[in-house]
Amino acid sequence: MPSSVMSTSGSGHGGGRPSPAAAISTTGLRKSYGDKTVLDGIDLHIPAGSVFALLGPNGAGKTTTVQILSTLITADGGQARVAGHDLAADPQAVRAAIGVTGQFSAVDGLITGEENMLLMADLHHLSRREGRRVAAELLDRFDLTEAAKKPASTYSGGMKRRLDIAMTLVGDPRIIFLDEPTTGLDPRSRHNMWQIIRELVTGGVTVFLTTQYLEEADELADRIAVLNGGRIAAQGTAEELKRLIPGGHVRLRFSDPSAYRSAAAALGEASRDDEALALQIPSDGSQRELRSILDWLDAAEIEADELTVHTPDLDDVFFALTGSTSPTSSTSPTVPTQPTYPTHPKEEAR
Amino acid sequence: MSSHSLAVRDSTTMLRRNLLHARRYPSLTLNLLLTPIVMLLLFVYVFGDVMSAGIGGGGADRSEYIAYLVPGILLMTIGGTTVGTAVSVSNDMTEGIIARFRTMAIHRGSVLVGHVIGSVLQAVVSVVLVGAVGVAIGFRSTDATLLEWFAAFGLLALFALALTWIAVGMGMVSPNAEAASNNALPLIFLPLISSAFVPVDAMPGWFQPVAEYQPFTPAIETLRGLLLGTEIGNNGWIALAWCLGLAVLGYRWSKAVFNRDPK
Repeated sequence: MPSSVMSTSGSGHGGGRPSPAAAISTTGLRKSYGDKTVLDGIDLHIPAGSVFALLGPNGAGKTTTVQILSTLITADGGQARVAGHDLAADPQAVRAAIGVTGQFSAVDGLITGEENMLLMADLHHLSRREGRRVAAELLDRFDLTEAAKKPASTYSGGMKRRLDIAMTLVGDPRIIFLDEPTTGLDPRSRHNMWQIIRELVTGGVTVFLTTQYLEEADELADRIAVLNGGRIAAQGTAEELKRLIPGGHVRLRFSDPSAYRSAAAALGEASRDDEALALQIPSDGSQRELRSILDWLDAAEIEADELTVHTPDLDDVFFALTGSTSPTSSTSPTVPTQPTYPTHPKEEAR
Repeated sequence: MSSHSLAVRDSTTMLRRNLLHARRYPSLTLNLLLTPIVMLLLFVYVFGDVMSAGIGGGGADRSEYIAYLVPGILLMTIGGTTVGTAVSVSNDMTEGIIARFRTMAIHRGSVLVGHVIGSVLQAVVSVVLVGAVGVAIGFRSTDATLLEWFAAFGLLALFALALTWIAVGMGMVSPNAEAASNNALPLIFLPLISSAFVPVDAMPGWFQPVAEYQPFTPAIETLRGLLLGTEIGNNGWIALAWCLGLAVLGYRWSKAVFNRDPK
């Protein structure tokens, strides 16, 4: 692994050495299947008690990352510490600290929801009484008490997912991995799941989730990393990521070509879209900037037919970082250099 | 908790889970019982007169053929129930719940041990049920002592353990239940070409080694000897060696496959 310095803030932690509070930290994590490289040097630093979202298109390596960090599969290279334990040296200690809800339902469909919960209690070596108490409490919390005596195979997708998470919580894990927790859920179940995740965090749990929904990452995560083609294309808070991408602008659309031409002539800095008769003026969308644009339009006696304000959202970031490259391509998108923003140094060097 | 008591506790939990499955969905086990029972009735009541002429140098009657047949049918029952093991292991391995077990701080082998003990218990219950049918149609042990009964029971249990470990391995490498049941076919097929139905020396000469050098024949001959007082010879030791060999092989194979990274 070359000297890839992992920084999580402007001042940064030097040399990729994780601070003691890190729940999960990795350096140079690699995995390939045959000659297909799935993960190509992943550096992460996730503080305890935070929500971290790994965002990426299908096939980016999200599930592989979760499988490695949750001890299900072994990495080909790199180091990782989870809950203070080295992944390779002491996987059993890692397992004792984590809870995992994979992408595919990990419930035993042949037995009832309650039996699934009691199975987990037994495997966590709770006493019979304690096990029953915890099972009943979690079934109630996840609204499954009514269905508790039915075989889990008869549950709906949303119920299975809730049972799945309830089972994960039996051992009171400090770190929870959720691999695409809302994929395939209806909007209502999705919002319920978000609520569940927020409650977990209130209890001091560290949540590592993967998602392909930007809205979800924006909604839940303290920090987001965009994974593309086995590399971290960018990471930071949602705000930091949005700042990465220029694209905030005010768009003026005209129906009268002559008005369009005179406005375009007067507004030198605007970019022109002659076909749509539209002008784009870079702007952060603040009230002050909007007022000055409006004042200026009035003063020049220009009447636009339509004025829209466009602020960059994570979609812009996502598409800018992942859209232009196929997952197997080795070239990374160019990320504009921002001194306060943590990026992958190797990418910037290109 | 010491690693030993952890292993016992987690394996017991997994065994409970497997027995719960068997109790909830008995149809798989019961279906597998049908084959040996149908074979028993078919060979006794339909082919019985012809078959009995072929044993004991001719002139044997039907009840003697029942006595000849039942030990082989009992071991065939074990072969059948272990096909169920391969199917349920394969089913289990393709379920997400195994990924969950793998990421929990439990004794790693407990999933497999639970399957094995559960299967051996099911095989023993199946043998008792099929044996009851045998007794109902007239099978009687002629001169078995209490010790020989224990030895017979021990042989059946050990044979079940050996085939179960092999079946677990077969289930682990099978991508789905259909493949598992195909891969486990030899466990049903082998008794058909053993000394279960006719004596080996009544078979064509070129075929006799096939019948001779496989686990079922020495086990059947030993069981016959224990229950009916026929000559065991060194079949007892050969059967024991087969059982231990298959058990160790199946155990190592299953463990190696389980410790591989899941796909």
